[in-house]
Amino acid sequence: MSAPVLSSALNVTSDAFRANADHNRALANTLREKCAKNALGGDDRARDRHVSRGKLLPRDRVEKLIDPASPLLELGQLAANGMYGDGAPGAGIITAIGRISGRQCMIIANDPTVKGGAYFPMTVKKHIRAQEIAEANHLPCIYLVDSGGANLPHQAEVFPDRDHFGRLFFNQAQMSAKGIPQIACVMGSCTAGGAYVPAMSDESVIVRNQGTIFLAGPPLVKAATGETISAEDLGGGDLHGRKSGVVDHVADNDDHALTIVRDIVSHLPPAHTPDVNMAEPRAPKYDAKELYGIIPDDVRTPYDVHEVIARIVDGSEFQEFKSLYGTTLVCGFAHIWGKPVAILANNGVLFSESAVKGAHFIELACQRRIPLLFLQNISGFMVGGKYEAEGIAKHGAKLVTAVATANVPKVTVLIGGSFGAGNYGMCGRAYSPRFLFTWPNARISVMGGEQAASVLATVHRDADTWTEEEAEAFKAPIRQKYEDEGNPYYATARLWDDGIIDPAQTRNVLGLALAAALNAPIPDRAQFGVFRM
Amino acid sequence: MMNSLLIANRGEIACRIIRTARALGIRTIAVYSDADADALHVTSADDAVHIGASPARESYLLGDRILAAAHETKADAIHPGYGFLSENADFAQSVIDAGMIWVGPKPQSIRAMGLKDAAKKLMSDAGVPVTPGYQGDDQSPERLAKEADAIGYPVLIKAVAGGGGKGMRKVDAASEFADALKSCQREAASSFGNDIVLIEKWIESPRHIEVQIIGDSHGNIVHLFERDCSLQRRHQKVIEEAPAPGMDTKTRAAVCAAAVRAAKAVDYENAGTIEFIADASDGLNAERIWFMEMNTRLQVEHPVTEAITGIDLVEWQLRVASGETLPKRQDELSIKGWAMEARLYAEDASNGFLPSIGRLDTFNISSDARIDTGVGTGSEITPFYDPMIAKVIVNGADRAQALQRLCHTLGNAEVGPLITNASFLYRLAGDPDFASGNVDTGLIARRDAELTARPAPDDTVLQHAASALLKDMPDYGVPGFRLNAPPKQTLDLTDQHGNLYKTSLPHPRDSDTEHATVYWGGERYVLALPRTDGAGGGGASDGTIIAPMPGRIITLDVTAGDVVTKGQKLLTLEAMKMEHVLTAPFDGKVVLLNAEDGGQVNEGMVLVKIGSDD
Repeated sequence: MSAPVLSSALNVTSDAFRANADHNRALANTLREKCAKNALGGDDRARDRHVSRGKLLPRDRVEKLIDPASPLLELGQLAANGMYGDGAPGAGIITAIGRISGRQCMIIANDPTVKGGAYFPMTVKKHIRAQEIAEANHLPCIYLVDSGGANLPHQAEVFPDRDHFGRLFFNQAQMSAKGIPQIACVMGSCTAGGAYVPAMSDESVIVRNQGTIFLAGPPLVKAATGETISAEDLGGGDLHGRKSGVVDHVADNDDHALTIVRDIVSHLPPAHTPDVNMAEPRAPKYDAKELYGIIPDDVRTPYDVHEVIARIVDGSEFQEFKSLYGTTLVCGFAHIWGKPVAILANNGVLFSESAVKGAHFIELACQRRIPLLFLQNISGFMVGGKYEAEGIAKHGAKLVTAVATANVPKVTVLIGGSFGAGNYGMCGRAYSPRFLFTWPNARISVMGGEQAASVLATVHRDADTWTEEEAEAFKAPIRQKYEDEGNPYYATARLWDDGIIDPAQTRNVLGLALAAALNAPIPDRAQFGVFRM
Repeated sequence: MMNSLLIANRGEIACRIIRTARALGIRTIAVYSDADADALHVTSADDAVHIGASPARESYLLGDRILAAAHETKADAIHPGYGFLSENADFAQSVIDAGMIWVGPKPQSIRAMGLKDAAKKLMSDAGVPVTPGYQGDDQSPERLAKEADAIGYPVLIKAVAGGGGKGMRKVDAASEFADALKSCQREAASSFGNDIVLIEKWIESPRHIEVQIIGDSHGNIVHLFERDCSLQRRHQKVIEEAPAPGMDTKTRAAVCAAAVRAAKAVDYENAGTIEFIADASDGLNAERIWFMEMNTRLQVEHPVTEAITGIDLVEWQLRVASGETLPKRQDELSIKGWAMEARLYAEDASNGFLPSIGRLDTFNISSDARIDTGVGTGSEITPFYDPMIAKVIVNGADRAQALQRLCHTLGNAEVGPLITNASFLYRLAGDPDFASGNVDTGLIARRDAELTARPAPDDTVLQHAASALLKDMPDYGVPGFRLNAPPKQTLDLTDQHGNLYKTSLPHPRDSDTEHATVYWGGERYVLALPRTDGAGGGGASDGTIIAPMPGRIITLDVTAGDVVTKGQKLLTLEAMKMEHVLTAPFDGKVVLLNAEDGGQVNEGMVLVKIGSDD
């Protein structure tokens, strides 16, 4: 495998570079600060109370669970950011892909320092998203359970619907049926519906005098039957380890329990061996931190996406496909951390040629069983009489069909704008990429705020009579709403992505995501839908 | 010369004797106990005879069994090595009576030197200075005080039954003697039930100096200069060297002459060592060096003498035992360079030097040093015998060089998993007082804390371990990666004693499979298979700049005829709410300009054409 090395036209001493770098570094710093604050979990009092009981903080549990010095890819880091009165950092649950006993696993850990680990609507969504990732990528699931169960005030948003609480257990059963190991470690409460997490697991561990599993806790039992019984006698480690058989291993403390989990994972059958063309990982020729100076401080300013690719792929080597045709969509093959990828990256609006080229390239990737990487920065498909007449809608549909039905792993990074149908053609959330990450400079909405305001103003029945001030008064709040809702923090809080990432870490994140994706075998042939010709 | 030799010993000394005997064409016979059935001395010898159970008193100390083995294997001679039966005059006699050659001194010499008090008297009579002291039946305070005066202050009053530091008093002046005696006797009586004391000269800064001598059956005796064995722990020698640091020619001549006199006084044959104690508080001076005792055998530390004199002491032993005259006269012997020996033991210095037993899975010591050993990789150190693993002998042109080699060899020794004193030796070899030759028998005790504390691994060790431990782990990227946070940089490691250490993550591995680096003739060559590298991101352009989409020109940055360089901005087109910058594809001249500022353009319109600039 060999490919030409991308050259860079970047002038790191230019004013534009410096201005961009300042802007994007500030965005990255804000992101790191938010994540650091978020990583604390609940407030000091809640954490102190937790630690005073001899329990490890949930993040320490995760750190002790994974292999020393191994990487950890956290997902949905800023879920529920700014929601529920900003009272549920990370939605009270940690989800991350980590290496345990040499094996990549999905770790789902409740944070009892956040409202007792209760499930808010976003907690449920984050838990289910983690399971979805585990299922798609054949990652064993490790549940570190310490939760009081559903958040009762929000019951209507957490209980009844398809993707609500019940789905957790449905997913466990489905994955277990597919041979994806389900392992629970009960390190605190595990009440009512939560009791099914260990009960539905293939193998489970409980911490003695700390973990409890019961369908109803002592107060409810007392109310229902008058029976007075302690939590430990009702559902503690010895009860479940010696009598009920709900758990398989009883641990003395958190550290011991995590060691048992590591031992369990070490006995799992080996992961699927990727049968793709792996290469020795090599650093790109250009410093990833230069991305800060490349990304424009205004999402509308175009730039050459080759500069981004050169800072993400191994050796900055890029085997470009149709470099002279449909140039607003850059397509080509490369390796990231030694793993092969077929990259589609926007370099301007999508034309018919770009769309058809993209569809062709996706077919190639599927034929060759190479994972797809979408670097999305798209204002949309070209509009206008000429383009409608040449059938840009059907050409765009070819790209969307190819994206939707491609059966190789897909990973998407929103590196700039994500507007309109461009989002579909570039594998937005609805197209089920295995992972979708966002840069802090990105914006996502059905169209730009300005266009939306203009369109809505134009179709308003009183528009003809408006003064310029009145028109502005109508448009301003629309623009603001689009600005707020198009903000990546708004998006990531609602889990429209799997996390905002520091652009300089993109290659590392993608390396981990692709490694995870390759745990599942890639099907031999893609069955595409009908391409409208 | 004898034809066959039975070695009545085991371990390193048996192996060492076998080596020389074999070089001389002598058939070698080993004896062994149960525990030593697979030992190196057994496999090294031509013949081997099992002589009993593992404990030494049931094997190596059984003279009859050994004699029987010698008969059985038709041995001409027996070499006793050191320890075991080497200084047993009766055994020596029985060997001689059995018609075999005893490789050692005559039994009467052994006996004469075996009785320590009588030996001192004998030496004193022969004009060899002995340590002044009094040990007599007259225990009256008057007599004792008189003896103390005769010895000269300071003196040491010592309970005969004493030990462990009890029942000892140092007395600096005659006026303090009576009180000190009373208190010492009281303590001795209450502690040991025996108040008999002896009086010795107090030696401020004692050094252990010994002289190697060897004699033949023709009345010739030569000395092979001195060794310094002052680095001792509880009377066990730890590091020995030859010659002694700070020994001037005159003092050496006096001490060595005294040693030869001592040997002649007992009509000595074969190898022996005269041990002296020196008061080194004011350097080495013949006036302050006294006879202590004679060891009538080959010493453990004989290799340092071999190293500086270039002779093989075992060969000389075998030759003189066979009746040959000494191969060299005194005036043919001289000192060349410096040598040191460290005794590597299976013992835990940080745990009271408790012997450690078990397997030697790893046993790597630099081959630049002379390693005298009776074990190899995979050998067992058993509880039955002295747990010495090896003697590490180095030499150099001078003391500094020898010391440097000793430090290097000990510092790089890899011996385990049983616990050894290698690190203790390494630290002792690095002691500044030792380096400057400022040694005495109390040095190790004074430095006990620093020498025996278990050393914590420094970060180099931890980094090596971290790299090895993480070597085969898939890291899918940067080790310790954390999203939107700095990587987790620290790694916890625990050692076999349960101690926890922190180190930083080792640097990620970098590999380059496309370039081969070859060093040849001192030059570094980096070679690769050739490839034609085109610029990435596009093919050649013919210089035609076309409008990528309909839009409006919002800046026009060139005029026709301008000379432009590759990448230079030509114009900006605004379309689909985006600003598109069109740039020159290569260096050249604007040969066509089909655009105006603010103008609307259609897709595919040729806006600019860049031609070659000539």
